[in-house]
Amino acid sequence: MTEEQLRATAASAVQQALALGATDAECTIADGSEFSVSVRLGEVEKLKEADSCGAGLRVLLGQKQGSSYTSDLTPEGIRQMVASAVEIARITEPDPYAGLPGKDELGQLTGDLGLASDLTLSTAEKIELAKRAEKAAMSVDPRITNSDGASFDSHSGTRVFANSRGFLGSYRSTSCSLSAVPVAKSGDRMERDYWYTIGRDHTKLESPEQVGRIAAERVLRRLGARKIPTQQATIVLDPRVARSLVGHVFSAVTGDAIYRKSSFLLDKIGQTVAHPSVTIVDDPTIPGLFGTSPFDDEGVPGRRHLIIEKGVLKTYLLHTYTARKLGLQTTGNASRGLTGSPGTGHGNLFLEAGAMTPEEILKTVGTGLFITELIGQGVNTVNGDYSRGACGLWIENGELTYPVAEVTVAGNLSEMLKNILHIGNDLEFRGSTSAPTIAIGGMTISGVQ
Amino acid sequence: MSLSSSFFGLKFGITERDLDRYLAEALGRGAEYADLYFEYLATSSISIDESIVKSATQGVSLGVGVRVISGERTGYAYSDDLSPAKILKAAATAACIADSPSKVDTVGLTPSLQHDLYPVLRAPIDQPLEERVLFVKRADAAARAKDARVIQVQASYADSLRHVLVATSDGKLSFDRQPMARLNVSVLAREGDGTPQQGYSGGGGRVGLDFFAGANSPEAYAEEAVRQAIVQLGAIEAPAGESVVVLGPGWPGVLLHEAVGHGLEADFNRKGTSAFSGRIGQKVASELCTVIDDGTIDSRRGSLNVDDEANPTRQNVLIENGILRGYLTDQLSARLTGTQSTGSGRRENYQHIPMPRMTNTFMLSGSSTPEEIIRSVPKGIYCANFGGGQVDITSGNFVFSASESYLIEDGKLTRPVRGATLIGNGPEAMQYISMVGNDLKLDQGIGICGKDGQSVPVGVGIPTVRIDKMTVGGTAR
Repeated sequence: MTEEQLRATAASAVQQALALGATDAECTIADGSEFSVSVRLGEVEKLKEADSCGAGLRVLLGQKQGSSYTSDLTPEGIRQMVASAVEIARITEPDPYAGLPGKDELGQLTGDLGLASDLTLSTAEKIELAKRAEKAAMSVDPRITNSDGASFDSHSGTRVFANSRGFLGSYRSTSCSLSAVPVAKSGDRMERDYWYTIGRDHTKLESPEQVGRIAAERVLRRLGARKIPTQQATIVLDPRVARSLVGHVFSAVTGDAIYRKSSFLLDKIGQTVAHPSVTIVDDPTIPGLFGTSPFDDEGVPGRRHLIIEKGVLKTYLLHTYTARKLGLQTTGNASRGLTGSPGTGHGNLFLEAGAMTPEEILKTVGTGLFITELIGQGVNTVNGDYSRGACGLWIENGELTYPVAEVTVAGNLSEMLKNILHIGNDLEFRGSTSAPTIAIGGMTISGVQ
Repeated sequence: MSLSSSFFGLKFGITERDLDRYLAEALGRGAEYADLYFEYLATSSISIDESIVKSATQGVSLGVGVRVISGERTGYAYSDDLSPAKILKAAATAACIADSPSKVDTVGLTPSLQHDLYPVLRAPIDQPLEERVLFVKRADAAARAKDARVIQVQASYADSLRHVLVATSDGKLSFDRQPMARLNVSVLAREGDGTPQQGYSGGGGRVGLDFFAGANSPEAYAEEAVRQAIVQLGAIEAPAGESVVVLGPGWPGVLLHEAVGHGLEADFNRKGTSAFSGRIGQKVASELCTVIDDGTIDSRRGSLNVDDEANPTRQNVLIENGILRGYLTDQLSARLTGTQSTGSGRRENYQHIPMPRMTNTFMLSGSSTPEEIIRSVPKGIYCANFGGGQVDITSGNFVFSASESYLIEDGKLTRPVRGATLIGNGPEAMQYISMVGNDLKLDQGIGICGKDGQSVPVGVGIPTVRIDKMTVGGTAR
């Protein structure tokens, strides 16, 4: 369907819901095309290409709400989706805070946000980029003996949103990415690592040679890893893992976590919750970035918010429901898939860069653990407990020395944020959550006795 | 069952002639194998928060995935429209991968042998919504009544009914009707002005509504969630460093899923990228360990009558008395390694290419009593419940997060400790298992496994086991 047809379909679903007795309704449609090719050891391994479409509807019957979704966008499919939402809303219970945003809160950013570009590469060219990335990775060092492949992926899609308060909006976005996953061997131990590049179109990507080379360097430095003794130490997080810390802060400042009293940052607005060098921003308005959008998933335009400014907690991130629960205004952070009610999302969420280079941070830290990968889900944003598996490199005399693996790092998020010692100047936006290199003091590393 | 009396035959009028035509188009550029995966999925979910049934959702999705295999190359396309024109277009797109001169013809379709593991007469989703709403309301009321320190309760109930039709160019045809239901309860408890602590419980499977009674009633799940949260209120910091670890029975079987299960999936082994690659016949665990992946257990969350490539699921022995016996294979990895599929080809939905996946993974009981095992430990930790885990299959390093654990001091469980991650290396950690209990228990039916962007329901199970050495990621020295 064309964008116009999708808009008409969404608007029609809303009208049909009102006709069936809904007092308010909103409809989201996502339409997209995906392409993915992976090569391994120089040969194409998988190629996937498809278009898909889906619609989701939320209706209110007074203070009761229900929702439904369908992958069938024919008039009959839409009719069934509408009937289904109205039917299921009847079994829910009145919630005085349920509702759509006020008319004055609706709107969208104007101007070119740089979300869509032309994806013009042929299939053969995409395959060639992946082959070049893999070849570059494999040719760096003879210890790279195997490959888990290299991939080129692209996606283009249209998102449409309509509600019964008069909002109708849509936008198109594109993205493509290239990645490589080499495997290196030393003795009977193997390691793998990856690197990737992402852009709105292929001209924004790093070269396949660079992707392959960085992936190779990352896997090679993992070879020969050892465990280290259990100890208290400073950790330095590589940007690829540092961003997870920003993600934990996000989880703890969502209105959902706050009204349910399930956040270690509950009731901390205006208080110092992090080192004064820490400023964490959510900004969905920056053109071209991957967390940018003209309106949130309730039709409210995005805005720049300082979540933590110089260590002080400034705001929670809210959608209409959580804002009403907390007696506040929505911050334009509604996010939803096609099913269910809106939850909290973010735009471009990032820790502001500091002044030091990553090398200067290592020098200043002197001794500690430089972490390149964190695994597991051992993060509890209710009480702040933090315990994850880690691997990386030991820092000695300000230099990276031998690789370390099979250890855990543990602490509590409340203290970790205050113990941020240094923030790097190497902030890059490779997705919707970003952070530069960070050093955190006072962590417990568990390893051997 | 015949195609004409199957769901897709009746509802969408799909005939054998249609399937032949689509498969022929998929093979049209020369390829060795093609298959079609038709899926119709209806879901519903209901949740309660602050004692209000705030939201409920229902919906349907349907589509067909077409796969073409030529050597090691896979082409894939899908359509969310079942019209012949769209399916033929998807078949032609998937066929583009093939450039081989080899030419096979489709074979007449014969229904696959398959189990009948979840003969639920009435799927939960076909029953009145009001009955299911009661589950979340009962769970909420029971959790709040249990303890005054409970400050938040959330409960959610979700069910689905999936109809699947698979047709393959080598003549297999399967139909399956896969019901699923799950009830979850999450609570937050707080003592005075202290830090709130969480507790979770839940269960389900390929079951009817009558499953949620007795030990699986909303009240039983609610009380268990409250119990866990209350235990955490008194928890001290978890120890940091190497320790003897005793795993309780049931859900801690997630150890097997992470430490060995993923590493034994044949796609990694075929490519030589798993820490277990090339180790069939070698000792990879203590001789007390026999690990099974079994997709044929009645009504379990991880069970399937037939996998997503029309192969019946099986009971597969992965490790027998410590010796690595086999990998989990799908159609592609079996063909490339000259073996039979173990019935482990699974996919999240029609938009995804199948991969070798686990079903229900567990360790057989040993001979020790749980009491003996705990009594044997002078100093260590006992883990009764876990959150999730993760593994790096190439290095073999894995983690899993303990959500309910206790110190063991002089052979007795003493203080509860806070959540902590445990880390080990798959082929090594299993060698440290020195005692295996006689109390194998399967989990309650809430497991979800993620791999390469695809989530599928799975089960795990384990008896009480003693692991002599593992690194515990707490903060107490």
